[in-house]
Amino acid sequence: MKPFTYERARDAVAAARAATRPGAKFLAGGTNLLDLMKIEVETPTHLIDVQDLKLDRIEKTREGGLRIGAFVTNTALAADERVRRDYGVLSRAIVAGASGQLRNKATTAGNLLQRTRCPYFYDTNMACNKRKPGSGCSAIGGYSRQLAVVGSSDHCIATNPSDMNVAMRVLDAVVETVNPEGRTRAIPIAAFHRLPGNTPHIETTLEPGELITAVTLPRPAGGTHVYEKVRDRASYAFALVSVAAVVQKDGSGRVAVGGVAHKPWRVEAAEAAMPNGAKAVTATLLADARPTGDNEFKVPLVERTLAAAISQARTA
Amino acid sequence: MADSIEFTVSRRGMIVGGAATAMAASAPAEAQTRKSTMPADPPAMPVTLKVNGKAHALSLDPRTTLLDTLREHLHLTGTKKGCDHGQCGACTVLVNGQRINSCLSLALQHDGDSITTIEGLGTPDKLHPMQAAFVRHDGYQCGYCTPGQICSAVAVLDEIKRGVPSHVQADLNARPQASGIEMRERMSGNICRCGAYSNIADAMAEVAGAKA
Repeated sequence: MKPFTYERARDAVAAARAATRPGAKFLAGGTNLLDLMKIEVETPTHLIDVQDLKLDRIEKTREGGLRIGAFVTNTALAADERVRRDYGVLSRAIVAGASGQLRNKATTAGNLLQRTRCPYFYDTNMACNKRKPGSGCSAIGGYSRQLAVVGSSDHCIATNPSDMNVAMRVLDAVVETVNPEGRTRAIPIAAFHRLPGNTPHIETTLEPGELITAVTLPRPAGGTHVYEKVRDRASYAFALVSVAAVVQKDGSGRVAVGGVAHKPWRVEAAEAAMPNGAKAVTATLLADARPTGDNEFKVPLVERTLAAAISQARTA
Repeated sequence: MADSIEFTVSRRGMIVGGAATAMAASAPAEAQTRKSTMPADPPAMPVTLKVNGKAHALSLDPRTTLLDTLREHLHLTGTKKGCDHGQCGACTVLVNGQRINSCLSLALQHDGDSITTIEGLGTPDKLHPMQAAFVRHDGYQCGYCTPGQICSAVAVLDEIKRGVPSHVQADLNARPQASGIEMRERMSGNICRCGAYSNIADAMAEVAGAKA
């Protein structure tokens, strides 16, 4: 690890202000950041630990939804009684990811900001526009079985590895932040993660120093909640493809897909076809798919995983 | 590193010592040229950890992980370093009663926390019931992953008791049971390359009073 200095922030605005310093980064659970610091993919010179900011609560909102503090652990979020009852897809997605040890430490905001697991991002001997802007992309033309099939660019074909984010997207979560001047804003999850374009190193719409304080969920959407994940092992592996779905009794519903793009992939226009089944939905959802030879299997896999999710919802 | 590590002479100590000597012989020239370009070490910072019931006031380089603190500074070598990247679970310890990968946490993140390692669960004279069950069921071969497996197993039974949900639970709103499939899913963050999994599951089932 490269040397760094460490501080514990006392309040959110002070933390945001400290983060404007060049080389500074927020530290929450650390399960992703420290991993990347050990292999020097991440080389912050200053860490701002946010554990004392009292962002570890889950509370009701006035609108009848939930406000989840940025520092709430993945375990605490998945185990919350209200989340299990009203937002089951979120609990399901979280427990489908990582291990018990990691979920005890990883946080809500940290999971939102989780970096890609593209092997070329991790290997500092390889070209990667995300790790070193302008250096090229070794993944394109490389081993791309795990990588993106839609929304990718000529500069990056990495995927967002999170399960939680896919559920947050299907639930229309909103990311609440505070900036170094103390101004707050609410970013709909759809506008939070970016596609790679020609700046794959910029992964979210957060501004420098902007600190995530909470994620809010709107009123419960009802319906049957399903998270279907396909991976190489039965447990403790990243998704090849995952589907988060909220399906209503009349067959209508919403769906977001993980493991296929630089962000949780949802196309609202595709959802009109939900009562017609997985094939019709997937045709619109992945209309612009541009898979590689290694990962073209993901296109039919999305359709089949969605079919499994819909059938699971019908029999629930 | 300021703290010297005082082990009594052991086979491991000889091997480590031998490797260090061999490196020292070829290293000086490189070390000198590197020194000038290396950034200075950041100042050490104070941290207090309560480990197995005993408070320790330490002064550490901010880069020191909880795992390295336990092993290299407190000489509690029961906790093992496997992958050092949160993938194998050998470094699992309990922090304020919850299991985490100690390799993916800085010691500074744990100021004031209570940490339980394998040494704090039981002793050779007074084994923790999970340790005794691992012995009875042959829940290991080489033993390297075992401290992490046992810390994790103890926490898994507690998580089931507290109703923490898992991936294999059919009904999210029902209380989870200590069934074989539940315990296997919840132990997926602990790898055993000797493949003692079925015996580990038997040991856990015995402690849980259930069938594996």
